[in-house]
Amino acid sequence: MAFKPEQISIMDSIIARYPRKRSAIMPLLHYVQSIDGYVTNEGIELIGEKLELATAEVTAVSTFYTQYKSKPVGEYHVGICTNTLCAVMGGDMIFDAVKEHLGIENDGVTNDGKVSVEHIECNAACDYAPVVMVNWEFYDNQTVQSVKDLVDGARNGNPPAPTRGPKTLRTWKQNSAVLAGISDGLANEGLQAGEPTLLGLKKVKGGA
Amino acid sequence: MSIQELGTEQAVELITCVIDGFEVTVPKGTLVIRAAEKLGIQIPRFCDHPLLAPAGACRQCLVDIEINGRAFPKPQASCTIPVENGMIVKTQLTSAVADKAQKGVMELLLINHPLDCPVCDKGGECPLQNQAMSSGRSESRFEGVKRTFEKPVAISSQVLLDRERCVLCARCTRFSEQIAGDPFITLNERGALQQVGIYEDEPFDSYYSGNTVQICPVGALTGTSYRFRARPFDLVSTNSACEHCASGCSMRTDVRRGKTLRRLAGEDADVNEEWNCDKGRWAFKYEVSKNRITVPMIRDASGQLQETSWPEALAAAASGLKNARAGVLVGGRATVEDAYGYSKFARVALGTNNIDFRARSHSSEELDFLASAPLNATYKDIDKADQVVLISFEPEDESPIVFLRIYKQTHKRAIKVTSIAPFASRGTQKLNAKLIKTATGNEVAAISTLSGLTAKSVILVGERATETTGALSAVIKLVNDSGAKLGWIPRRAGEKGAIAAGALPNLLPGNRPITDASARVDIATAWNIDSLPSEVGMSSTEIINSDLQAVLIGGVDPMDISSDAKVKLAKKFVVSLEIRQSDITDIASVVLPVAAVVEKSGSFMDWQGSARNFEAAVEQSLNRSDVRILSMLADEIGKPINLATVKSARNEFESIGNWDGSKNSMKPVAAASVINASGDEAVLNSWRNLLDKGSMQDGEDNLAGTARKSIVVISSARAKTLGVSENDLVRVSNEYGAITLPCSINDIEDSSVWLPRNSQSSQLIRNLGTVSNSIVKVAKA
Amino acid sequence: MSKLTPVLSAHWDEADSFTIAGYKRNGGYSAVAKALAMAPDELIQLVKDSGLRGRGGAGFPTGSKWGFIPQGDNKEHYFVVNADESEPGTCKDTPLMMANPHVLIEGVIIGSYAIRANYAFIYIRGEVTHVVRRVQQAIEDAYAAGLLGKNILGKGFDLELVLHVGAGAYICGEETALLDSLEGFRGQPRLRPPFPAIAGLYAKPTVVNNVESVASVPAIVNNGVAWFNAMGTEKSKGFTLYSLSGHVNNPGQFEAPLGITLRELLEISGGVRSGHKLKFWTPGGSSTPIFTDAHLDVPLDYEGVSAAGSMLGTKALQIFDETTCVVRAVLRWTEFYKHESCGKCTPCREGTWWLVQVLKDLEAGKGTEADLDKLLDLCDNIMGRSFCALADGAASPIISSLKYFRQEYLDHLSAGRCPFDPIASTLFATAGAK
Repeated sequence: MAFKPEQISIMDSIIARYPRKRSAIMPLLHYVQSIDGYVTNEGIELIGEKLELATAEVTAVSTFYTQYKSKPVGEYHVGICTNTLCAVMGGDMIFDAVKEHLGIENDGVTNDGKVSVEHIECNAACDYAPVVMVNWEFYDNQTVQSVKDLVDGARNGNPPAPTRGPKTLRTWKQNSAVLAGISDGLANEGLQAGEPTLLGLKKVKGGA
Repeated sequence: MSIQELGTEQAVELITCVIDGFEVTVPKGTLVIRAAEKLGIQIPRFCDHPLLAPAGACRQCLVDIEINGRAFPKPQASCTIPVENGMIVKTQLTSAVADKAQKGVMELLLINHPLDCPVCDKGGECPLQNQAMSSGRSESRFEGVKRTFEKPVAISSQVLLDRERCVLCARCTRFSEQIAGDPFITLNERGALQQVGIYEDEPFDSYYSGNTVQICPVGALTGTSYRFRARPFDLVSTNSACEHCASGCSMRTDVRRGKTLRRLAGEDADVNEEWNCDKGRWAFKYEVSKNRITVPMIRDASGQLQETSWPEALAAAASGLKNARAGVLVGGRATVEDAYGYSKFARVALGTNNIDFRARSHSSEELDFLASAPLNATYKDIDKADQVVLISFEPEDESPIVFLRIYKQTHKRAIKVTSIAPFASRGTQKLNAKLIKTATGNEVAAISTLSGLTAKSVILVGERATETTGALSAVIKLVNDSGAKLGWIPRRAGEKGAIAAGALPNLLPGNRPITDASARVDIATAWNIDSLPSEVGMSSTEIINSDLQAVLIGGVDPMDISSDAKVKLAKKFVVSLEIRQSDITDIASVVLPVAAVVEKSGSFMDWQGSARNFEAAVEQSLNRSDVRILSMLADEIGKPINLATVKSARNEFESIGNWDGSKNSMKPVAAASVINASGDEAVLNSWRNLLDKGSMQDGEDNLAGTARKSIVVISSARAKTLGVSENDLVRVSNEYGAITLPCSINDIEDSSVWLPRNSQSSQLIRNLGTVSNSIVKVAKA
Repeated sequence: MSKLTPVLSAHWDEADSFTIAGYKRNGGYSAVAKALAMAPDELIQLVKDSGLRGRGGAGFPTGSKWGFIPQGDNKEHYFVVNADESEPGTCKDTPLMMANPHVLIEGVIIGSYAIRANYAFIYIRGEVTHVVRRVQQAIEDAYAAGLLGKNILGKGFDLELVLHVGAGAYICGEETALLDSLEGFRGQPRLRPPFPAIAGLYAKPTVVNNVESVASVPAIVNNGVAWFNAMGTEKSKGFTLYSLSGHVNNPGQFEAPLGITLRELLEISGGVRSGHKLKFWTPGGSSTPIFTDAHLDVPLDYEGVSAAGSMLGTKALQIFDETTCVVRAVLRWTEFYKHESCGKCTPCREGTWWLVQVLKDLEAGKGTEADLDKLLDLCDNIMGRSFCALADGAASPIISSLKYFRQEYLDHLSAGRCPFDPIASTLFATAGAK
């Protein structure tokens, strides 16, 4: 779809953050995903034009990073950590169960376009293992059942809130805008820290 | 950086190190891998290329290094590390660790490489194959699953990509970005899935794409035209010189059983380094394409050309030329030796100075310029230039290796480039050049705005400067005022040599002015004749328009000169020396077949004035170089020129040497009044794209597939007036004819329009009867 | 008394710890005022004297890194924070930025001032949306408070700070790959030299520091060298975040002086999963050679871990008990390295591709003992042969696991399958799987 003038001017403002405009390619790709849901050809061509790059150069960058998708993902993109620690602690079982539950494979999308599943690498929350990310929001200490409930909720338009994140789960596109550096005003929502994060401090304070 | 490059100019600091026990002294900055080469020690490598920035990617060249007793903890890539004093290097020859590291890397390179060497074009000349033999294990320990990809992928009509074979050395992508400035192939994806690719269906649209095929160290990139055609060991290679332009590329021509199968860029650090353009690489089929003439022909009473014997044909030609008022049109593609033959033939056999090689726009101002201008610029001057000025010259289209050389400096040193041109071409944009937006006809004023040039500046003028009265005079003034170096760069490979050979109405061989009596004596003495005609002869146009009775014509397309040249020449007795049937053989009374470049030896003179010698690649050809035919013809006329072989022509030309007498200085020509266009009128601008309808590109469709598409360039104001947007059809017309093409809206004068001069659907002389600096009407089609 | 020393984490238990108000309430941004009153070189010296070493894994002295920036060169300088926390097991910077992004920003201001940079970036991994929100908000609030932008605190120092969000590439944690990524290229490592201090971002002198390193600076400025030096060991000064995860009763973040041991941390936290015993663990993420229960008393500082044959790395202590199959664990890490290999160099790109295939067979019980030797030889051909350290990281768990658990590999081969029950190692095995 064609980009609207106000979207183009947002792209210009993203470019303006940087001393050299090529640096804006990553936030611009996130931004394209916030409009189109994935990295579309229109997006690549527009970025190429904006940054004075060949489309091949834009593709070279977009295909390097796994968060940029070359085809549509679900409104709720579910990433299940299957790196060693999470896998061992239940991530593998969760991943298999969710694929079976949804009837899709890795990188697949449900027919209604609501949920997609991907196994992901370590997401820096190992003290909350097993970890699941939805639209890159934390769902900590997951079980097979909790993730089934999570994806069912997502398909019904009623996903549970992230464990450490905003009060309500935002869509893939909405969160892509945040990754492009466009504030959604939700920074103050949610916990400052989960229990494991505070454990050491509590041991000191409570002597427990 | 190559040793050679470092070896120039200022005193270079030398470094001594020890490699495998041998001391070697090299300039500071030399990489270990190249210092080793100097000792004859070959360290295996794939990604390393002396003209590309080091990548250190393939890791094949690992060696052990210690500096002043401190050893690196692990083997180092010798392609990324410059030598240092006190460095001790142990290659695979003396270090077990380096040897194992190299064997290990080789094994890893091969685990995903298909075993399709028997059907791979690279087989037999493949660095991977060779180095796997020299540095690899005899047996693979890999028992797993190989990576597979769809193959081949056409990344353009002329280049195919087999990703399975790719070792991801990034030579091709680095070349495209660093050398050609065409980053249309890139490394995509990552890790084990990393692969070379293009964007969607946007092809690898580069004039230089063939170089990636040549530097690919495996068979991942192959040329469409050569694919599956030959095995390297069946080919006979000959060093050659490119006949396509005045850049002067050194080349290699590979022939199997009398047929050219491919051409490669040769190495010459002073000229083309190791690169060439796709035209030079792939446009060679014209020599064998249809309409080749192999036997002499005479036009019979009914007007039909009939094949005949050499003696009869020579006799017929001689009788028509003998005692006639005659002229000679040489064309811009002759070798120096052939041009010298024409030059001598005109003066000795025909007794005239009516000789001109210029088969394009030309003027008497240009004649004066060519006889007098201090053309002293070289590639090396570009390397050192503080700035480069381009006047009526689009290097990427009109002399592509000159473009690469300038691009190198803009890439390396960000040197300032200024271009006087109607709009910023893709080449201009790639050079990040400052555009002095100038419609053809306005160059004199534009030149007068140039300032800040120094003795280190280089001015490069194209052959199109002659299309504006006074432009070449203004250039001379600029050179005189600034002390800048000057290069005049014609498109065709034979033009500089033709000047030197005296194939001009005002010059004798060695740039001797015809009007200078002592110059004439020089030549008459050398030629062992009493005297030479002393009057300045006729130019090409004058010859065509004259009432001369006879014309001897080399490789000339009359449509390169004017739309009515053919008709006018048809009224004369024409002797045509040609390789293929043409507009000239159509009207010739006698046709004498000559050799194509690959079939003969000779030399071209590049734009710097350097001779580019070549030997016959197809030795068994019966076709003879023009100069041999001319010599026989002169004998027949009874006024011998005694140039029975190319070699004798070369020797004689060289022994004559250059004129050391005084040169006339150029008589300045004032600018003509600028033509004005208004309303639906526009001033016509054009140049030839590198890849176009040029006859020497005939027969190579894969190459033609990468030609830039024909467009009309108009300004946004005109687009608005016409009510057209990008790619809408626009009609350009005059009383002669019309051309309709998609438009491209660009920053061009509102009163100007630009079209390619000789491209598909846009052959200006044929379609409009003019090429530039004239009024056309522009309308929405 | 606990050995723990909460400094960075001291106020994380306050609900508004991530806000500028919460930070200031606890003395936040007082170090900036102090720092801007000092000469930049004094600050560099202070950080040098503190002995602060990079907390991102390599342990390079932070002050020295700052000191390498050429001064008076009339070039722009850049200060870049490496917040691309992606090393498996590593989970300290992310909660830090979520709970208190301002301490990082304060460190950025001080660091930038010290190296005379007027432009700074925080390169954060892209898979942590809420952390991105928090840091972005904190930057906006800092601008609004006059702590970023022109003439900071009226001291004449200007600083622009941009949050740059990555997009999923472990390799961008390597500082030169990070810089290429930040410049808008594929995140592949660069040739060194030139080092970033000479030619970093946009070929200008650049410092790249880990989040925790930068966040540690305000406390050093406020409390002084002696205070910092009093913590830690001789060559590993100060406090740091240890991240305990896996088969422990209470995983989490523990801020302690460098040199604490795993035994001590387990005692403090509540030990290995009840009813189970420690089998193997990583001292600093998956790239650091694994340890076993024989290493419980290794001092977790740079020297101690190194002397025991591994690396302190990111202090990501991943604990695995006896229910865990080491071959499976190593295979999964190897798959990670294969997935994250940038593709630039042969040993890493092709080597990880091959290693995965060999390990998959071994986990499935296919192969012979000779394959173990082949595996080690492959590691020898990969480790130290690649362009950057990623492939070294890939080889580390394989080599170390074969060192300590060769018999377990052989058990797979003799059984013809993996002898472990994967359910037993899950959290649900005790929490109740559903």
